Amino acid sequence: MTNWSPTLITRVMLALAVVLSAFPLYWMLVIASRTNSDAVSVPPPFLPGGNLGENIVAVLNNEDAHFLLGLTNSFIVASVVTVSVVIISTLAGFSFASLNFKGRNVLLLAVLLTMAVPLQQMGVVPLYRLMVSLEWTGTLKAVILPYLLNGFGVFLMTQYTRQAVPMELVEAARVDGAATLRIWWSVVLPAVRPGMAVLGINTFMLMWNDFMWPLIVLTPDNPTVQIAITSLNARFSTNYTLIFAGTALSIIPLIAVFVAFGRQIVGGLMEGAVKA
Amino acid sequence: MSIDTLPRAVRHTPHRPPGRRWRSRLDVKAMPYTLVSPYFILFAAFGLFPLAFTLYYSLYDYDLAGTTEWAGLENYTKLLADEDFWNAVVNTVGMFFLATVPQLLLALFLANALNKRLRLRLAIRMSVLLPLVTSVVAVAVVFTQLYARDWGLVNWILGWFGVDALNWRAERIPSWIAIATMVDWRWTGYNAIIFLAGMQTIPKDLYEAAAIDGASRRRQFWQITLPMLRPTMIFVVLNSTIGGLTLFSEPTTFYNGNVDGGSQGQFQTVAMFIVKQGFREFDYGYAAAAAWLLFLLILIGAFVNFMFVRRIGGTK
Repeated sequence: MTNWSPTLITRVMLALAVVLSAFPLYWMLVIASRTNSDAVSVPPPFLPGGNLGENIVAVLNNEDAHFLLGLTNSFIVASVVTVSVVIISTLAGFSFASLNFKGRNVLLLAVLLTMAVPLQQMGVVPLYRLMVSLEWTGTLKAVILPYLLNGFGVFLMTQYTRQAVPMELVEAARVDGAATLRIWWSVVLPAVRPGMAVLGINTFMLMWNDFMWPLIVLTPDNPTVQIAITSLNARFSTNYTLIFAGTALSIIPLIAVFVAFGRQIVGGLMEGAVKA
Repeated sequence: MSIDTLPRAVRHTPHRPPGRRWRSRLDVKAMPYTLVSPYFILFAAFGLFPLAFTLYYSLYDYDLAGTTEWAGLENYTKLLADEDFWNAVVNTVGMFFLATVPQLLLALFLANALNKRLRLRLAIRMSVLLPLVTSVVAVAVVFTQLYARDWGLVNWILGWFGVDALNWRAERIPSWIAIATMVDWRWTGYNAIIFLAGMQTIPKDLYEAAAIDGASRRRQFWQITLPMLRPTMIFVVLNSTIGGLTLFSEPTTFYNGNVDGGSQGQFQTVAMFIVKQGFREFDYGYAAAAAWLLFLLILIGAFVNFMFVRRIGGTK
């Protein structure tokens, strides 16, 4: 029999991995709760101080950073994109997985191909010019729209629907006289909810973190949270406590989502990886 | 199966009104297309359109005054002779290797460790995924401070070993290392989880048979785990290739949000080069041409890495 219990080296390695993964976040908290002279002292401080509240208030009150607006904007952008992508992907995934139609395989292949093209980097110039001619630069619309296109989502939901909704179930509903949309609503949606959750969480995190496109198309006075941090960083580059309090604020929503849905995220990632 | 024969039988039930039958035919024929259409409308607007127009723009010369002139392939020939562009290519590829090779090796060993019978399994898996859910910019800011020359933690620790304080941002290789660690910190755990998922699909009896034949644990890893992991490996490597060659956030934040990539451009990536040309010099044609060359670079990278992974573990 194979012995699957971990050796000492394995345990040490895992402990190290956990510590290293958490350390920069811990460090963020340490500096964010200190004073500026602590942040630049040698040796560096290793324990959190008592200035966290003060530093956060300073970030929120900083007129140049528009931090609160950045948080709100990021929340709007990430939510709108997440909801739209999940709906669009679930509909298309159902169609690809459970319905028969001419050209299905070709269209699915087209979806797969778009996944391989880094559109947001490749197409920045025309996308930007498009937003200029629509006079949408500086608005959230400009950030949101290009990201509604998400080939990964369609692919994931196609795979998920295939596995979660047996064809017999769809056929049976058809026999009972249910229209396609009705089948989607009553048969498919309840079954693919876990897949939707994984896609939703993924999309939300990606959007919250998105950087290059907002940096191009938005202005610092109407930023997303990543742009707000960048403005802080550019203008007050030596004011570490201020910047770190900002970064801490910017990851709180993500950590909250992660703690709440950690099990699903890990499970979803692993499932998706094997099926891809 | 009897289920297959059922629908036809039902369609002939007499009490269904003819209008409804027509509607249901339309539903069966047209609805599948309707359901996928939102995706393809978006694909046309934000996929095909930008790609086609990137090609179009790349054939024109734009200047600051806003005049446009047909340039043919001039942008491309200019790029291929542009030292700054090649500098960005070298930086991108260099950082890609510096980040990806250790990252995938570490991820592989970490996945192997995670595959053991462990207490606190979910907690450990969640911890190694933690970096992925933190925002890139925030993490880059933290690392930049850790790498600060005069008071950064990294230099302080190096000082114990008698190493003089390094100016991480000012020199080429140190800046690459700093940026590579940011990338690795973020992605090693994620890739380990993906590898782990692949490892769990390998049938256990393969290992049992090998153990009976007297194969050591290490040998089992090299002879069974690694070759069986090849499909997962291809997925991970292609993912890392696309991500690594379009690197933007970490090096940009490392220089306080500036796309120059250091005083000498020592860590400017191709993605940063494109943004600089397009949105600081407003040379749209030049930026668009660079975007196509970046795409070419990704295709080459993906192909080379794909061939490389296919060879790993032999073709037994």
